This record gives sequence, structure tokens and C-alpha cells, in this order.
Amino acid sequence: MGLKENLHQTKLKFQGKKMAPAFNAIHTFLYSPNETTHSGGHVRAVDDLKRTMNTVILALVPCLLFGIFNAGYQHYSAVNGFPADFSIMEHFITWDNFWLGAITVLPLVIVSYGVGLAIEFVFAVIKGHEVEEGYLVTGMLVPLIVPVDTPLWMLAIAVAFGVVIGKEVFGGTGMNILNPALTIRAFLFFAYPTWMSGDKVWVHEGVERAGTADAISGETILGYLAQNKGAEFSYSLSDMFFGFIPGSVGETSAFLILLGGLFLIFTKIASWRIMVSAVAGALAMGLIFNGVVAAEWIPEYSKFYGLMEFEFWKHLIVGGLAFGIVYMATDPVTGSQTNKGKWIYGFLIGFISVMIRVFNPGYPEGVFLAILLMNVFAPTIDHYVVRGNVRKRMKRLKNATILPKPSEGQAEELKVETA
Amino acid sequence: MAILSKKDANLILDPLADNNPITIQVLGICSALAITAELKASLVMAVSVIFVMGVGNVVISLLRNVIPSKIRIIAQLIVVATLVIVVDQVLKAFAYELSKTLSVFVGLIITNCIIMGRFEAFALGNGVWRSFLDGIGNALGYGVILVIIGFFRELLGSGTLFGIPVLGDPIAKTGLYSIGYENNGFMIIPPAALIVVGIIIWVQRSRNRALIEEA
Repeated sequence: MGLKENLHQTKLKFQGKKMAPAFNAIHTFLYSPNETTHSGGHVRAVDDLKRTMNTVILALVPCLLFGIFNAGYQHYSAVNGFPADFSIMEHFITWDNFWLGAITVLPLVIVSYGVGLAIEFVFAVIKGHEVEEGYLVTGMLVPLIVPVDTPLWMLAIAVAFGVVIGKEVFGGTGMNILNPALTIRAFLFFAYPTWMSGDKVWVHEGVERAGTADAISGETILGYLAQNKGAEFSYSLSDMFFGFIPGSVGETSAFLILLGGLFLIFTKIASWRIMVSAVAGALAMGLIFNGVVAAEWIPEYSKFYGLMEFEFWKHLIVGGLAFGIVYMATDPVTGSQTNKGKWIYGFLIGFISVMIRVFNPGYPEGVFLAILLMNVFAPTIDHYVVRGNVRKRMKRLKNATILPKPSEGQAEELKVETA
Repeated sequence: MAILSKKDANLILDPLADNNPITIQVLGICSALAITAELKASLVMAVSVIFVMGVGNVVISLLRNVIPSKIRIIAQLIVVATLVIVVDQVLKAFAYELSKTLSVFVGLIITNCIIMGRFEAFALGNGVWRSFLDGIGNALGYGVILVIIGFFRELLGSGTLFGIPVLGDPIAKTGLYSIGYENNGFMIIPPAALIVVGIIIWVQRSRNRALIEEA
């Protein structure tokens, strides 16, 4: 009797009992269930929720692996100095980097999944419905958007908060207004700001060593710019693009995020409209700021100067903007549903992200706030898009009621007009 | 409750549970958000509102046959404003430090929806004794929620209760702080109060399902 059969038998034993959803979940997580529908017409398709979630997780794996290596690389570079002639194989993909990264990053992943799934199971048992797959992606996103040294108990509290208040109270997967992963990030940011921002938290042991002779600093690029110290960091353009910079675990490599984004577009899991329009929005806001600097409307000692001067397209390759656009703005539950709505929704996410980045030095990264804000507005945008469509059709209907005789030739004209 | 008949007792007990002004009627939310970061402020606010509502309901009930209905809102406002000024002056005289942090919000008791709501809904149509009980009951219901929110926000946000550290010293790293615990800055900011109110509403309604509104 194989594992599958075993699971099936256990499941049958618990059928109708209180704990049934928990056993069902384990079974369906590993195998497709034995039951088949016998009557009625039904759609056969492989792209169920589980498949969708797994595709997103697949797209996140490169970011996670890169994050593991980067955690080690940033730590050793901060301690021993950056290697002069950097080569990926020699300095980046090493066992030391991997080992250090693994022991700092994997606990985050384990806590995120452990706490989140435990809460999902408890709620499923209490409410008597099946365990939902919704947490699978959230659980992977969470460790990627926090600093490496986030204390695990903080993460656990934040995950509990995000899953319960961000999702379960609204009715679980598919009913939530706010993206749960970003709710968790926002909670961490406001609850424990010293652990979520500043120049100490982005590199492993940065906080522990602060104030001692071995102090290390790992200021992010946005952090430098916000303090008008743009000239002080030594990261090259390719460092920024490929991600050899300090930052939250999985957000640094714009290159891998780009690949992940293409993968999601290719598999039709995420909306390309949101990604494209969000990039356009970020570039537009960046261009406006660059224009303000070029027109010399703000003096150089202004505290916004450093970030405003930053070339507009570089906003896309530093900080969490790219990660947010590809993996979180495209969340099908909390984003806009209509195609026109997606353009507006995405554009405003990019636009507001860069605006918050520049205007609020207290929040060096605005993308999570921008996405949460637009999550709230998404239903409103959809409402007006649908209303606009209804009105357009009503107008068409009104204009088309009096049909002239075909002999007059106007019917053809009308057809062209209303097409 | 031998002193009060069952009907009268319900005037006090109902607002404490199944007809709570904050969690059921969703009134007085503004002050529940604004001043509950500290337990002390919550408590003073609760006591102030109990005073204003108790006396205000009595005054309005006494005047209920005299006030022309066209200008009753203004008349009610004058009564509340007078009482609020009394509270404010008392605070300034006896708790000056507290009055500095609370003064804006004490002034805002005037706009507390619960007060005008009870004047309109109860005191204008009922006798003095019953109005008094209703006022006290509703203010108590309001105060209880305020104190609960204040308790959690101060405990989790600052690690203190009434300003006394109960979880240890965050700077010297004693008590809970020695094992890495940190205060939750989120509880200090007003949105946290909304979430605490939400959780109270959630708990209350899942204990008594009759309270759940129909969607």
C-alpha cells in the first residue's frame, strides 16, 4: 500500500469529522484525489488554483536562491571588503555564501510557511471548509520581502496578523481586499521600524555589530540617495541590475525578477497589462522628477535632490519596485479585474511608488504602500470601468433604435459608426 | 439589583454587552481611536464621558417639555458644551499634565455621537431617573471598550500600564526585553485602535451570533 493509498484511507476514516479538511489538504497537496465526478457536465482543466500558485512559486525560486547567495555575499563583503575584481563564480556562488545565506534565509521561509499554514489549517477546521491554497504564494513572498536578520518571532507575529486580519476575516483566499504578503510587510514596518529600515538591517549581523569596533554597514542605494549621499555608493549599473546590492532577501536582482516576470506572462498567470503600465507609471513619475531637476526648480541642498536627480529608469532596478510590480501588483485577487482597469491600476502603482520614494524619506521604499493603496482602490476603478462600458453601450443602443430603411444607404453608415 | 427594577437594570446592562455603543452601534469611534494609546487617558476620557452623559441626560430629560423641537439640537449642544467646559476646567485644576494631552479630545466630547444620540433617542422621551440610568449605562459601555483598547495598546505598544513598566526596561534590556522582545510600534498609531475595535467586535459577535447583522 503506497503513500497515496494510505492517505486516501486516512482521509476516508476522517470523512465527516471535524478534522477532515486537514487530512483532505495533505492528500490533495501531494496527489490528485481519487474521487471523480460521475454525473453532469464539468470542465476538465489542469490550471486549477494549485497549479497557478505553484507556477508563481516556481517563478520565485530563482529570486530565493539568489537571495540566499546574496545574503552571504553581502555579509562577507561588508566584513572583509568588496572583492576588487568581482567574478560571479569565485566571489558569489561559493559554499560560504550559500551556507551563511541558507542558515539566515531558510528559517524565515520555514517560519513563514509554518505559522501561515498552521493558521490556515486551524481556520479551515473551525469553519469546516477545505484548506485553501492561497497561502502557498504568500508564504514564499514574505521571506523575500523582509531584511535577512528579521527576528523570527517578529515574523511569526506579523504572519499571524497578516493572515488573520488581512485575509481570514474577509473570508479567506479570494475574498481579501489587501495583498496578505504586503499586509505582513506593512505590519512589520510600522510595528518594528528599527528592524525594517535604516542602514544596519540589510546585512547579516549588521545590528549585532552596530556600535562595536567590528561595525558593518549596508546602506541600500535608496538609503544613500535619500540622505543626498548619491556619490558615496560604489555599486555599478550591472550590480544594480543583477542584484549584487544590499536589500530585502529576494528583491535585489532586477534581472531574475525580469525573467520571472516573463515566465509569468508567458504562462499567462500574471497580467502583462499591470506590469507594463506599472513600469510606465514609474518611468513617468521619474521623468517628471528628472525634469524638475533639469529645470533647476529645486536647489541642490534640498533633501529631495538626491532622489529626484536619480535617473528615471534606474528606479526600476533598485529597491523593491520591480519585485512589487511583477509578483505583488499582479495578484489577481486584489488587483483590478477589467482590462482597462488594469492599465489604470498598474500605472498608478508605479507612479505613486516613485512619488513616495522621493517625497517621503521616512519610507525609503514606497512600493508596498502604493500597492496596498491601489488594492483598496481596485474595486472602485473596476466599478467605473464597468459603468463607463454600460453607458457607452446604452448610448449605442439609443443611437441605433431608429433604423433607416436599407434603401437609403444610412444603415450601412450606422453599422460602421457603431461597430 | 434589588434597587433597580429589571427594566431599569437593563438600561445600564444592555449597553455594556449586547447594545454596546461602540461595538454594536458603532458610535464614538473617533475618540476611541484618538486617545487610547495610553490606559490613563482612556480611563480619564471614560470617566469624563460618564459624567457628561449622566448629567446631560438628566438635564435634557428635565427640559424635554420646554425645549421647542425646532431648536432642540442647539439646546442639546449648549448643555453638552457647558458640561464639557466643566470637565475641562476640573482636569486643568487637578490633573494639569493629563489635561494638556487630553484637552483637544475633551473638547471633542461635544461631538461624540453617543451623547447626541442618547439625548435624541432617549432623554427627550423619558423620565429623569431612566434617562440618568441610560446615560450612565451607555457611557459605561463606551468606557469599558475604551479601557480595553487602551490596555492592549499601551501594554503592547509601550510595555507599560498607567505609565508603569510591566514588561521590563526596553533600554536597560531587563525582563522580557532581555530575550529580544520589542515594543510593537504599530499599536501606538491610531489605526491600531481600529483593528483592536474590529477584533473586539469579532469576538463579541462570534460569541453571540444573534448580533451579526444581515448582509
